[in-house]
Amino acid sequence: MFARPGQASLHALGPIDLDLQTGEFFAVVGPSGCGKSTLLDVIAGLSPFTEGAIAINGKPVGQGVPEGLGAVFQDDASFPWLTVRDNIAFGLRQRGVGQAEIRERVTGALELMGLTDFARAYPAQLSGGMRQRVCIARTLVLEPRLILLDEPFGALDQQTRLLMGDELLNLWRQTRATVLLITHALDEAAMLADRVGVMSARPGRFLEIVETGWPRDRDSTIVARPEFGRITGRLWSLLRGESLKALRHQSEPR
Amino acid sequence: MNRVASPPILRSRAFDLVILSGVVLGLWQLAHLWGGDVAMTTPLGTLRHTVQTLASAEFWPHAGATLGAFLVALLLAAGAGVLAGALLGYHRLSGEVAEPVLVAVYSIPKVTLYPIILLFFGIGIRAEVAFGALHGVIPITLFTMNAVRNINPVFIKTGRILRLSPWALLRSVLLPATLPEVFTGLRVGFALTLIGTLLSEMFGSRRGLGFMLMNAIGLHNMDVIMSLTFMLVAFAGSANAALLVVDHRLHRRA
Amino acid sequence: MRLATRLRIGVLVATVALVEGLCRAGVIGAFTMIPPSEMALSLWRLLRAGQVQADMRRTLTAVGIAVGSSIVVGIVAGAVVHALPRLRRTIDPLLAAYYSVPVFVFYPMFIVIFGLNDIPKVMIGFLYAVAVMIINTLNGLDRVAPVLLKTARVLRMSRAATALRVVLPCAAPYLFTGIKLAIAYSFIGVVGSEFILSSGGLGYQIGFAYHDFNNPTMYALILFILSFVLVVNMTLHAWEKALMARRGLR
Repeated sequence: MFARPGQASLHALGPIDLDLQTGEFFAVVGPSGCGKSTLLDVIAGLSPFTEGAIAINGKPVGQGVPEGLGAVFQDDASFPWLTVRDNIAFGLRQRGVGQAEIRERVTGALELMGLTDFARAYPAQLSGGMRQRVCIARTLVLEPRLILLDEPFGALDQQTRLLMGDELLNLWRQTRATVLLITHALDEAAMLADRVGVMSARPGRFLEIVETGWPRDRDSTIVARPEFGRITGRLWSLLRGESLKALRHQSEPR
Repeated sequence: MNRVASPPILRSRAFDLVILSGVVLGLWQLAHLWGGDVAMTTPLGTLRHTVQTLASAEFWPHAGATLGAFLVALLLAAGAGVLAGALLGYHRLSGEVAEPVLVAVYSIPKVTLYPIILLFFGIGIRAEVAFGALHGVIPITLFTMNAVRNINPVFIKTGRILRLSPWALLRSVLLPATLPEVFTGLRVGFALTLIGTLLSEMFGSRRGLGFMLMNAIGLHNMDVIMSLTFMLVAFAGSANAALLVVDHRLHRRA
Repeated sequence: MRLATRLRIGVLVATVALVEGLCRAGVIGAFTMIPPSEMALSLWRLLRAGQVQADMRRTLTAVGIAVGSSIVVGIVAGAVVHALPRLRRTIDPLLAAYYSVPVFVFYPMFIVIFGLNDIPKVMIGFLYAVAVMIINTLNGLDRVAPVLLKTARVLRMSRAATALRVVLPCAAPYLFTGIKLAIAYSFIGVVGSEFILSSGGLGYQIGFAYHDFNNPTMYALILFILSFVLVVNMTLHAWEKALMARRGLR
């Protein structure tokens, strides 16, 4: 369980009150510049916050990155000097996990992410989507309790995104982790999440938290269901005004 | 229009080198025909004289002197350059202040500073080492500075999420991330340090290959001049080729 | 003025002041170095007396010839090599390894062949500068976006018109970079050669003053060459940056 009211400096974030349920898939959408990434940075302990408190499972989180956290960013964070296998094993090696266990876990992750044939390739030889899979695999193999995703599929084309969404749901179910996904794509949020937090323009605060009510064993085919259209419509009707505000703010002379 | 592709071997890089060498040797021989022995020795004659020189007793003390000065200068340049470059890359303001100065020194005829170095160090190996190191330290510093400056921020974020200690971050992430560009700087520094060392010997020295070269002018000894020139070019060329192979490998991964 | 610029000026001024102080205090002996103010004074006297004019002309003429020829040859050769991909692939290892070779080692060879006149140093300057001009010409031509060439074809422009009105303006900033470097390298080649062995020119005079224990003249000439080269290089550099910025490059 999470309890987290907080506010970052320079009013990048408005007052936020967020309770993440254990094992849920929570998405955050909002106009550009509203502070979605800042929210993730603050939860991850990467950025300090000026007011409020963060607690994970009742334990308060101070400065620094707490344990049991995994993160995947929009920028490709795969290490170009390591093979795919070594990339995935990186975190385990840093923690001093035994060789046999590393091999086992890495092989499992390679299979899960469909990277077995590329285990000895270098990231430079892979496409953008595959490199993101490497980053996801590297995070998963450490079995984090909370997975933070900051627009991980932002650089990919739409069809790849839908397929990656399917894979993400699989992983979520298998690992039983809590997932917080930041995305600018409303359809992605509507399809993947149990609940979607809609943020206002800067300084971002939650306008509403929309429940999707999807079953746990969902996949990308739910986009055909009428509820999907209703949810996406609801998200846009909330966001449309905020997005206009954000756009106007962007084009104003500084 | 259909063109038949030429057989692979005629298109290979090895064949290109054969053509190139052939052209160079051909022009060389032609120049000899035009100028006569007094102007230039033949390729074969140069080779013969080179072998003779390598077998002679007087050659090796000079070669040793040059090599010794060169290696010490290179070590100094590498050590100082990497350290200074890392600091300047890390501390943005210092880097910004220093960079135009370094670039300016890079582009002046540094040989004009040699008399000053001679006055400070006195004639001898210390001046040669200082002058050689001066040549090499600048590109090494500039390349290292750039490498550190351009470290992908997402790598640092990843390191923090994985809760790496500063030392582990440096060793496992920052070092490999900067290695390709630092190595290019070292490769360029190698060539420039060699130039600096030879130049110092050509101006005011009593030993070394540069001195041998200058000495042969007065004696109008074309044999010596050409075989020394050939040896130095061969040495510099093959050293650079070897370093280039490593450079390519490092960059291909990145 | 930006903070970094102000700091840089401050550091440079402080360094010169420090050197001035150390020299005047005798920490740095007069046989090693004279105070910067005296360097400037000595240079002023030399210029007024007209003693450096002849050597200045000699060095600058040699540099000029090296620059002019390397730019022309470099651009033409670069254009030719660019148009013939097979040739380019063959030459590529040569260009990559070019600056790893100490070009100055050819100087004795040239002296023996051409004699102790100005030809060898011009050749060294040329050899130094031409490669960088070729490399930058190739780079500039590479960077002409294919979509621009497509546009020229759709507009049914002749090859000459395309070369003159699309390729050349597109590649111009990179050609300018090449020119900037060619000038700097020509100076390095010519002055360096004059140092090693020459019958005249500023580099030669500095070497002569050194062997003559004539510190005031030596430092004055060093100051002159360095200031001259620095002003030229920095002006070209600023110009280049402006060109690039206007294009939105770099």
